[in-house]
Amino acid sequence: MGRKLLTEHINVPGIDTFEVYRKHGGYRSVEKALKTMTPDEVVEEVKKSGLRGRGGAGFPTGMKWSFLAKPEGIPRHLVCNADESEPGTFKDRELMSKLPHLLVEGMITSSYALGANTSYIYIRGELLYVLRILEKAIAEAYANGFLGKNILGSGYDLDLHVHPGGGAYICGEETALLESLEGKRGNPRNKPPFPAVQGLYARPTVVNNVESIAAVVPIINDGGEEYAKIGVGRSTGTKLISACGHVKNPGIYEIELGVPVEEFIYSDEYCGGIWKGRDLKAVVAGGSSVPILPKDLILKTAAGENRLMTYESLSDGGFVTGTMLGSGGFIAMDETTCIVRNTWNFSRFYHHESCGQCSPCREGTGWLEKVLHRLEHGHGHMHDIDLLVSVAKQIEGNTICPLGEAAAWPVAAAVRHFRHEFEWHVTHAKQAAQPGAVYPAQGVLA
Amino acid sequence: MESTTATVKPQFSQAAQAEIARLFTHYPAERRKSALLPLLHIAQAEFGGWVSPEVQDLVAETIGILPIEVYEVSSFYTMFNLKPVGKHVLEICRTGPCMLRGSDELTANLERITGAKVGGTSPDGLFTLKEVECLAACGTAPIVQVREKYYEQLDTQEAVDAMLNELRNLVHRPLLPWEETGLQHTQQ
Ligand SMILES: Cc1cc2nc3c(=O)[nH]c(=O)nc-3n(C[C@H](O)[C@H](O)[C@H](O)COP(=O)(O)O)c2cc1C
Ligand code: SF4
Ligand code: FES
Repeated sequence: MGRKLLTEHINVPGIDTFEVYRKHGGYRSVEKALKTMTPDEVVEEVKKSGLRGRGGAGFPTGMKWSFLAKPEGIPRHLVCNADESEPGTFKDRELMSKLPHLLVEGMITSSYALGANTSYIYIRGELLYVLRILEKAIAEAYANGFLGKNILGSGYDLDLHVHPGGGAYICGEETALLESLEGKRGNPRNKPPFPAVQGLYARPTVVNNVESIAAVVPIINDGGEEYAKIGVGRSTGTKLISACGHVKNPGIYEIELGVPVEEFIYSDEYCGGIWKGRDLKAVVAGGSSVPILPKDLILKTAAGENRLMTYESLSDGGFVTGTMLGSGGFIAMDETTCIVRNTWNFSRFYHHESCGQCSPCREGTGWLEKVLHRLEHGHGHMHDIDLLVSVAKQIEGNTICPLGEAAAWPVAAAVRHFRHEFEWHVTHAKQAAQPGAVYPAQGVLA
Repeated sequence: MESTTATVKPQFSQAAQAEIARLFTHYPAERRKSALLPLLHIAQAEFGGWVSPEVQDLVAETIGILPIEVYEVSSFYTMFNLKPVGKHVLEICRTGPCMLRGSDELTANLERITGAKVGGTSPDGLFTLKEVECLAACGTAPIVQVREKYYEQLDTQEAVDAMLNELRNLVHRPLLPWEETGLQHTQQ
């Protein structure tokens, strides 16, 4: 059994209340930080831990914190990214709804480190019921002296608020999120300036994912070095993986980084294998924005080494034979899955969610969806397959934010690894257009 | 709220006004526009599940911003309904992980049972069907969201019937999102 730094107490009855959470060691990191450490020492501990942002990009959290500008007399902000909208990802929702105080505690300790006196949790609007759970936890923290003025007599003040979005994937992108928090459309900003210099209300701001903020709690409790002992190489600590699709046991798993992918999929401790006794066809390992890999390449790298659940191992082979850990949204597809249909579904998502500011993204995602739609529905041509690749290429590197690339790369990967399925949709157009039709390579045709 | 009756200027209830006053304290005084999305949620819950132009004007006036600043935001975000809706809006997730677990079949089933097409409302005015993207609940797919409640694992007829019956038996439509209705989300 791997260590559970975040979810150890997740199933304790009443753990969503202050009292029970506190009994299980809750809010120790706040006491330790505010009473025995300077803000810089907290930042230092997070640096030592090697924690990398859990929102998808994997940027080292301690380093991000040390970039925060600190001009005299201008307030700074910590904003928690609880927008969780990357298809396949549902860990933050689970963490916030079951362990709301863990996020509140992490927000206090982290805000102290950054010298922020007003912090926000931006939660996607669909999760209004979770917003109420968080507001209740925040009220309890105020009532017990962990929020508000002069916390624990330390002289440090902090107000914490939860803010709902309105339904828009793009607001997960940190500058779109800040626009949205200011009451505007969620259009990503041009960078620079970066949020660390001009973020919320043009003030220096750090944006961190829910899970990154939660991880600060065990890091401060046990020390950064202890945290860094878990994991492999530059992938330290534990990570929440959201397993979904055709695994036997979907759900959230807190893994020690470094677990072999094969063990994660087939061991009863985690996914328990593929449902209905079927064979695995493909995996999207880090949320819909990362390249899809066929079974053989997700289990082993092109060089034949066991693939591990780490940032480095999953990206071994680059985008030719590798993928990314991303947000940890692990989507498994069994042998009856139509890759063309799935690729079309995801491209429809990106087209729908493009904010429309840059033409390569707005037009490109529209083209991808249209061409994939016609392939899936039996009206495609052979040259459409290469058209997909060339449209994907034209989006790359030509946009304000990474959404365009998140739309393009997975399409390019699907064509690279499953070209035979796309071709079959042209050569067997009528058959392929039937509902539930699947390229028959692996036998099992329902 | 039919647009024909909208000649009467809409007003927030007292409970809503109190909540709005609390929300304003979350942001710097000169940044009250930040409260726009939270206020639109309250407005939609109070005025029949959608935000008419009159309701949006009320939101603008309450915050002290131009109506256009509200219109351009309400049309950007998918949660705000800009046209009248049925008593219950069923937001069906259609994204990949839900599709892998039967969301296409679920949508077809709901269209058949309710008589509504996606984007439209059932003849009895009870159900509006709306397709949405990933709701961060892929582990319990397929999913339907109704206001603040997630109905999860709707992969059996029993689960679908239970959801629809619960909604049919709800006498009044909850006005405020935080009102106790028995329709609050229950953790799985
Ligand atoms: C289109 C898009 C959507 C994103 N969605 C999310 C999200 O839902 N949650 C999140 O934490 N980060 C999301 N991100 C990443 C954020 O921009 C940002 O990198 C992250 O919140 C930083 O936190 P971290 O360093 O703790 O990971 C998204 C990025 C892009 C480009
Ligand atoms: S890449 Fe797409 S989503 Fe990002 S800013 Fe440009 S148009 Fe908007
Ligand atoms: S795909 Fe439906 S909840 Fe994620």
